[in-house]
Amino acid sequence: MNFKIHNLNKAFDNRVRLGIMSALMVNDSMDFNTMKDLLDLTDGNLASHITALEKEGYVHVKKEFVGKKPLTSYSATKIGVKAFNEHLDALEKLLKNR
Amino acid sequence: MQQEDIKHIEALNDIRSMMRKSSRFLSLSGLSGIFAGVYALVGYYLAVWRINSDVLSMRQIVYGRNADWFDGYGFFILDAAAVLGLSLITAYYFSSRKAKKNNTKLFDHTAWQLMWQMAVPLTAGGILSFVFLLHGSLAFIAPMMLCFYGTAIFAASRMTYDDVKYLGLGQIALGLISAFDLGNGLLYWALGFGVLHIIYGALMWWKYDRVKN
Repeated sequence: MNFKIHNLNKAFDNRVRLGIMSALMVNDSMDFNTMKDLLDLTDGNLASHITALEKEGYVHVKKEFVGKKPLTSYSATKIGVKAFNEHLDALEKLLKNR
Repeated sequence: MQQEDIKHIEALNDIRSMMRKSSRFLSLSGLSGIFAGVYALVGYYLAVWRINSDVLSMRQIVYGRNADWFDGYGFFILDAAAVLGLSLITAYYFSSRKAKKNNTKLFDHTAWQLMWQMAVPLTAGGILSFVFLLHGSLAFIAPMMLCFYGTAIFAASRMTYDDVKYLGLGQIALGLISAFDLGNGLLYWALGFGVLHIIYGALMWWKYDRVKN
């Protein structure tokens, strides 16, 4: 209930998802392995959090082939950027009003 | 409520650190700068020694197109290449050490982006300097190297520590001054690549590396 009042986004109420979105805010796109190394996660863990963000429409998943190797890369969607910025604003406001 | 606050502050800190970590190459070490500066000063003294030695007079070096390659520019090209090579090897050594200490990968995407960003202006400046050398316009080489190098690292500073941009501005300023004061290129080159690197490296080491040592 609190989340609604404070404009905090439940999709970002998790360190991994917060990390994914932060990285995508300052990088145009990032591939799976880079993201995995950056956040120090297992394949499955990263994939499940990405899927959650993709379902919200915050992350765009791009699959392509580089030579014969499949390469999956992620980027933040416009909605994702907007939602993340609103989440940041809400966090800052919460702390300022104390 | 207190608990909530801590959680929010932690979240903001996480976001800030992740944004920085994922977009900047932070394995640069101040020690690399100090060593690069020392190599440049040694290279400078070798060049001065060569010019002052009996082997050739400066006049012959500048105008003596008949002299064979090594007697002419060759020594200076090898001298400069040695300074560059040693600086790069040293930078690689200290960066990989720092990456290991910070538990990060040395050649992550930020490393490649940084190198690419610097390689383009540096290659253009390098080729242009070489062309000036071929035309015998030695006086313009130091101003050009300083300006191109300064521009390259000024632009690249947003890919690594922000402080690097001051080193870039310093190199550009020296390059421009040396262009007005033609004929003392070697001295400005030593000031820029030698002295400025040592000062910058020492400051960076003091600010970022010292505490962790």
